[in-house]
Amino acid sequence: MDIKAYIALSLTLFTIGLIGVLVRRNAIIIFMCIELMLNAVNLLLVAFSKMHAASPAVKALPTYASDAQVFVFFIMVVAAAEVSVGLAIIVMMYRNIHSVDVNFLNRLKH
Amino acid sequence: MNSIILSALLGVLMMFSGAFVKRTTLSKYFAFVGLAGLFASSVYELIARQPFFHIDVHDMVHTNNFNLAFIAIVLGCTLIYFLLNGSEIEKVGAHVSEYYALIFFILCGISIAATFNTLLMLFIGIEIVSIPLYILTGSDKRNLKSNEAALKYFLMGAFSTGIMLMGIAFIYGGNPNASFFIHNLEIGSGKMPVMIAVGLVFLLVSMSFKVSAAPFHFWTPDVYDGAPTVFTSFMSTIVKVAGFFAFIRLFESAFGVVQNQWQSLVLFITAATLIIGNVTAVFQQSVKRMLAYSSIAQAGFMMLAIFALNNKAKEGILLYSAAYSLATIGIFAILTKMKDYTIDGFNGLAKEQPLLGFAGLIFLLSLTGIPLTAGFQSKFFMLMAAIETGHHYWIAVLAVLLAAVSAYYYFRVIQAIYFKEPSPEGVVSGKLSSVYKLTLILTVILIIIIGIYPELIIGWLYS
Repeated sequence: MDIKAYIALSLTLFTIGLIGVLVRRNAIIIFMCIELMLNAVNLLLVAFSKMHAASPAVKALPTYASDAQVFVFFIMVVAAAEVSVGLAIIVMMYRNIHSVDVNFLNRLKH
Repeated sequence: MNSIILSALLGVLMMFSGAFVKRTTLSKYFAFVGLAGLFASSVYELIARQPFFHIDVHDMVHTNNFNLAFIAIVLGCTLIYFLLNGSEIEKVGAHVSEYYALIFFILCGISIAATFNTLLMLFIGIEIVSIPLYILTGSDKRNLKSNEAALKYFLMGAFSTGIMLMGIAFIYGGNPNASFFIHNLEIGSGKMPVMIAVGLVFLLVSMSFKVSAAPFHFWTPDVYDGAPTVFTSFMSTIVKVAGFFAFIRLFESAFGVVQNQWQSLVLFITAATLIIGNVTAVFQQSVKRMLAYSSIAQAGFMMLAIFALNNKAKEGILLYSAAYSLATIGIFAILTKMKDYTIDGFNGLAKEQPLLGFAGLIFLLSLTGIPLTAGFQSKFFMLMAAIETGHHYWIAVLAVLLAAVSAYYYFRVIQAIYFKEPSPEGVVSGKLSSVYKLTLILTVILIIIIGIYPELIIGWLYS
């Protein structure tokens, strides 16, 4: 398939995530939207890796355009670390105010 | 190299000491000794140019005088931070050694973010800095403001990480060499390929988020205000200058050849940061919140280095890191001892505690940029770097004018310290330890020495 299709798909996913972060009020949903953004990047990286691997200049390289695929694993690991901290923060907030609504976040503005 | 490995090891050691050592003062001393060793090892590496460990990292991290000197400055400032805030960190919660462990992990992330040579290491370094910071921000678990700050910081941080990764992906796609190495991007000095340009804008936005440059600064005041004051002190100084260092390293090594194509974007961000930071700080009543806005204003000055990207800018960012961190850590250390965080809370501080009053005076003068302090030299180098570019002189004029505005809100605190009567209940809470007082004096002396002999820091670039 053409690389443009992959770019379009992953940019669509990314934009859905971005809009979700901006308009949703539930902390968990915002969080899922951020994960969607990260996964759109994963998809794009793998697609680019395949695209580069097809070019003859890259075929001669020792890494053979596999860097991006390794990068995807790093993103997954870091995203998992972020989830563990982020969910802990959300649980901590839920314990205190019994809600995960981010409208609560306007308390600091004065 | 030394600091990356040793700080990670020290972080793990501190976590174990938290499980086995019950006395919190013991872990405080342990953390301090560990950090002193870390500082010594980084200075040794800077002088001898020889790390303790020879690890084949395939050139994924690269050390030179510039970033080794920066790491040494950061570790030195953290040492002063530990000395000044040891007793305050104990007050935040029961998990003292874990807080120290997290700070060591952040230092590891800073070392990676300062020496990275591929976009992968940039991403990992910035994440290792950010994730422990989310925890530190929320460490005051019962306090709603701390909860709120942690959640806001976390959501904004993760969001900007997503944007950064998208930028990295596009740069990879546009790079015919199919690699993440920043010196291997093959941009050429002509018009940038579309994918590289898109990636550059994404990276610029996400790095601006991380260093809280306008118009991506909106999370900063709330997060800095809500976090426990000791940790605000850490993240508004050491973490922020590390973000700037990574920003400069990225834009210099990867996109330096096409500087003329993105310079106007950075110019816009710089001007917006300077104006918004300085003008909003004028209206603040709480000193903590004022310092949050002042950190945005100072970020505007540091953005001048990214605009200029010449030798003076490199010298300037080293000086600025030291001057800004020392002065802000100092003023936060005084703030933590106050009963009342409003400007009126500082009334008559000099009458009750002459030493604190005088130290506060020097720190605020340095932040304003009065001659004979380090703040003056650092601002001077930044302006010189901006002028040496030979165009867009108006940004230097704007920066000077807004530095004059900043004098208003800094001097308001000085006025409260020296020319108002203290309230009868007293201004300062608790007793001040002699370590605290001595470190405060040391910080004041350092600020004045750097203000007179900036070569002490700049010299490391060329040794």
